Amino acid sequence: MSRYLLRRLGSAVITLWLLATIVFVVVSVLPSNVGRQILGPFAPQEQVDALNHRLGFDRPIIIQYLQSMRRVFTLNFGESYTSGAPVNDVIFPALWRSGKLALLAFIMTIPVSILAGIIAARRQDKLSDRAIVNLGLATSSIPEFVSAAVLLSIFCVHWKLGKAFANPPDGATIVQQLQYLWVPALAMAITYFGYLARMTRAGVISAQHSDYARTATMKGMSSSQVMRRHIMRNALAPTITVISVQIGYLFGGIIGVERVFNYSGLGSTMLIAVGKRDIPVLQGAVLLVGIIYMFSTLAADLLIAALNPRVRLEVSK
Amino acid sequence: MTITNPDNAVKAPASSALSVTDLEVVYNVRGIPREVLRGVSFHIAPGEAYGLVGESGCGKSTTAYAALRYLPRNGRIVGGTVSVDGQDVTAMSNERLREFRARDASMVYQDPALAMNPTLRVGRQLIESFTLLGQSKTDAEKSALDALRKVRIADPERVMDRFPFQLSGGMQQRVVIAMALACDPKLLVLDEPTTGLDATVEAEVLDLVRVLRQESDAAVLLIAHNLGIIRSLCDRVGVMYAGRIVEEGPSAEVFDSPQHPYTVGLLRALPRRGVRKTERALATIPGLLPLIGSPLPTCVFLDRCAIASELCHTTAPPLVAIGDGTGRFSRCHHVDRIGEIQETPVSVDIAMLNTSAKGADVLELTHVSKTFHQRNLAIPALVDVDLSLGEGETLGIVGESGSGKSTLAKTLLGIEAADEGGSVSLDGHFVAPLTTGRSADEKRSMQMIFQNPDSALNRSWTVRRILMRSVEKLTGIKGDEANTRVEALAAHLRLTPRHLDLKPRQLSGGLKQRVAIARAFAGDPRIVVCDEPTSALDVSVQAAILNLLADLQSEKKTSYVFISHDMGVVRYLADRIAVMYLGRIQELGPTDAVFNGPNHPYTEALLSAIPNVDGEERVRIRLDGEIPSPANPPSGCVFHPRCPRAMPGVCEVSEPPLREVEPGHLMRCHIPVEQLVEMQRTPTQG
Ligand SMILES: Nc1ncnc2c1ncn2[C@@H]1O[C@H](COP(=O)(O)OP(=O)(O)O)[C@@H](O)[C@H]1O
Ligand code: SF4
Ligand code: SF4
Ligand SMILES: [Mg+2]
Repeated sequence: MSRYLLRRLGSAVITLWLLATIVFVVVSVLPSNVGRQILGPFAPQEQVDALNHRLGFDRPIIIQYLQSMRRVFTLNFGESYTSGAPVNDVIFPALWRSGKLALLAFIMTIPVSILAGIIAARRQDKLSDRAIVNLGLATSSIPEFVSAAVLLSIFCVHWKLGKAFANPPDGATIVQQLQYLWVPALAMAITYFGYLARMTRAGVISAQHSDYARTATMKGMSSSQVMRRHIMRNALAPTITVISVQIGYLFGGIIGVERVFNYSGLGSTMLIAVGKRDIPVLQGAVLLVGIIYMFSTLAADLLIAALNPRVRLEVSK
Repeated sequence: MTITNPDNAVKAPASSALSVTDLEVVYNVRGIPREVLRGVSFHIAPGEAYGLVGESGCGKSTTAYAALRYLPRNGRIVGGTVSVDGQDVTAMSNERLREFRARDASMVYQDPALAMNPTLRVGRQLIESFTLLGQSKTDAEKSALDALRKVRIADPERVMDRFPFQLSGGMQQRVVIAMALACDPKLLVLDEPTTGLDATVEAEVLDLVRVLRQESDAAVLLIAHNLGIIRSLCDRVGVMYAGRIVEEGPSAEVFDSPQHPYTVGLLRALPRRGVRKTERALATIPGLLPLIGSPLPTCVFLDRCAIASELCHTTAPPLVAIGDGTGRFSRCHHVDRIGEIQETPVSVDIAMLNTSAKGADVLELTHVSKTFHQRNLAIPALVDVDLSLGEGETLGIVGESGSGKSTLAKTLLGIEAADEGGSVSLDGHFVAPLTTGRSADEKRSMQMIFQNPDSALNRSWTVRRILMRSVEKLTGIKGDEANTRVEALAAHLRLTPRHLDLKPRQLSGGLKQRVAIARAFAGDPRIVVCDEPTSALDVSVQAAILNLLADLQSEKKTSYVFISHDMGVVRYLADRIAVMYLGRIQELGPTDAVFNGPNHPYTEALLSAIPNVDGEERVRIRLDGEIPSPANPPSGCVFHPRCPRAMPGVCEVSEPPLREVEPGHLMRCHIPVEQLVEMQRTPTQG
């Protein structure tokens, strides 16, 4: 077990290093004078040079690279070029906000989509199945910023049931925060519903056709017993994988929703950092998303291992 | 024209355990109901075993599933009745059906590895069978252990604690059988229960079924494509064709003197009674099984029947009793003309085959070993193999799975590199261990045919494109000339020009295998390695493929390395046979010598494993235990832990050399050949 974990962690570190390097390379090849950018076109050249010196941009590229790597591996990304605040003070609160939104979206979407997937599978090719499949296809093909915009105009503008500006004020209670967050979370939930429901449906259908399900039926079990005792365990593995992949995606890829609702999560933070060439913030945010992504896939693999003894035995070697 | 209902010939005996009467089943395909079973009737008495045989697709499994009312979603019983122990299965409520499956009927099918839930321990799944019968948890656990003992599992506590994938195929099938017997069923359905298992494991499972039959009063419905199994296990057999039973009777009688043209065709297609390619070609049944839903107003076999008459075109044949009421029936107008059925004429040049076996050596392996490395574990999969292959010769390779047959094939083809110190030579010169190091001409000279032709054929290409590409790649010929060659090649393999423009998925299994063979022959190879090329095919298709291979060989003097688990097939095609166990050649000799003995004890066990359709059974030699892991081979003779003739003190100490016991016949055993001759004349009881 520990060997497996070590191996996984090892490869995670390597992946992170690669990610950090890519960010560094991309940023370095962009022709830009950071000092000038920060200080504006009217600042005297000496000040610009001094700032560039302080930030280390006059040093050889290799030194810059090593510095950048040190920042990454100590999880201390330095200061924001634009605000001067420590990067960690920018990205961790943003992460926390994104996390809240993502968690809420998951709580809203997972039970509903899994249930819908199971219902669709059990009523395969019947009307309810067709309805669920088509709904799923439709929702997952609408980009989330579109559904976000639509929901915003319905719930926040028209009915005033949610807030168009989703950042809750400081010190808001959980209930108050929910009022702010439920509409953007719903927008995300709708997008994932399609993926998850279809994944679950496919998993359940293939397990229903399996020989072991037939064996169980032939033992004289009712179809709901077969479903509970034999099918679910095997059918959910692909769904779990999809969920885990989407955790990373949720954190990084919800830019559209965050922008529509003016929510300052990790996605917005990255977007703003790109616009302003705020490299430390960008680097920090990208790596954070990378780390989350890696932990979520690891968690998924462990969960799948827990469900599947063959993998489990392999893992615990 | 009226169709008379002929099924009143067989009356349900009052006391049958399973009674199927006029059963009609349809499958809905794209909204259209298509007939699969067209009035199937048969009855099985308690304690009786009934076999169903017939080409795949003729409706055997459908019959079995209909009997337990477990048809696929699109399947429907549209006529007739099924009753088990007097209860009408077709009329049961869901609740009643559940009860019926739990208490009265069970089923075992192909591929035991898939029949159990991979995520639950064996014990839990077995216990479940008993708790469903209303037993308490503790009682169920006791019953589960008993059930495992009943199927002769040595260490039931340990097995209960395992996951299915931790058991060997034979063990898995035992557990599945134990589950099926949990309720002491009135009806046990076995659908190809040993297909896919090794011959020795298959024999073991069949032995078990035989023993269990004596202990239980269940009626058994057995479906198997191996007619030998049916003969040795079943009291009666029904021959099925296109959704009807066309002949029925006691199995020995049906197989010894078939009374329906279809049964005659099936039996003649089998390589049996030791027939060899040099004696005669195998008979094939021309034409194809009609598709489901085809209108077959009169005799279902009409299109393929050699003795069809005017009457057959107008009137459906009734099921007629044959002889003096011994329970034999045939659904044919012309039972009296069965003797007129001619063997299909064939064109193999037998004289050529006879002489070609003595050609010069094309391939020679010297000291070839192959060791795989896995997590700093050395796995010797092939150990010091010396072999030669003459021009136009067929070398058969047999042995249980894991014995190294496929590794041998891959190593000589250069898909895997042989270990240092061994060499492969082609026409007298050494070739590189890997294909990447071999010249185009050397690659062209060695080709392969697989069990599953799909793996060799690009699915999105037409047959023409597939063959064009092989011709171009192997011979360098391009354009029109290549196309001409493709057409010639296709004609040679009896593929029509129409087939050339189809894609593989539009072809039947037999035709696909033909294309795969054509592909292999595109560059006039010297050697073709055939890895179980016919084991997924029906007997009549198999016969056609075997004839084709013999034909090509006689004409082109191609040499074959022919891997198969079917001893009849190997005997038919091979000139010499190599028997492998744990990566070593244990016996090597001319086919006749290997089949006549004396034999290496392992070969002896293999030969005794499978009952044949002629009912001549060798005394079964049971092998205990499983094939050891090649990573950790036993000391001395690697076969000693399972060898029924092992000599303590000798066999586990030193490995015997491969000795020549008579000209061309080699064996790796410590027992002197004279003694083996003696022993094998009075075989030990297994
Ligand atoms: N679910 C299904 N839908 C449509 N056709 C089917 C289905 N299952 C089997 N068939 C067809 O029905 C015929 C009989 O099949 P089967 O009973 O499996 O035959 P066997 O067991 O003798 O090989 C075949 O032509 C097969 O392709
Ligand atoms: S009834 Fe006629 S067509 Fe059918 S099997 Fe007999 S002879 Fe052939
Ligand atoms: S050497 Fe011994 S163990 Fe090996 S096959 Fe011969 S008798 Fe059996
Ligand atoms: Mg079948």
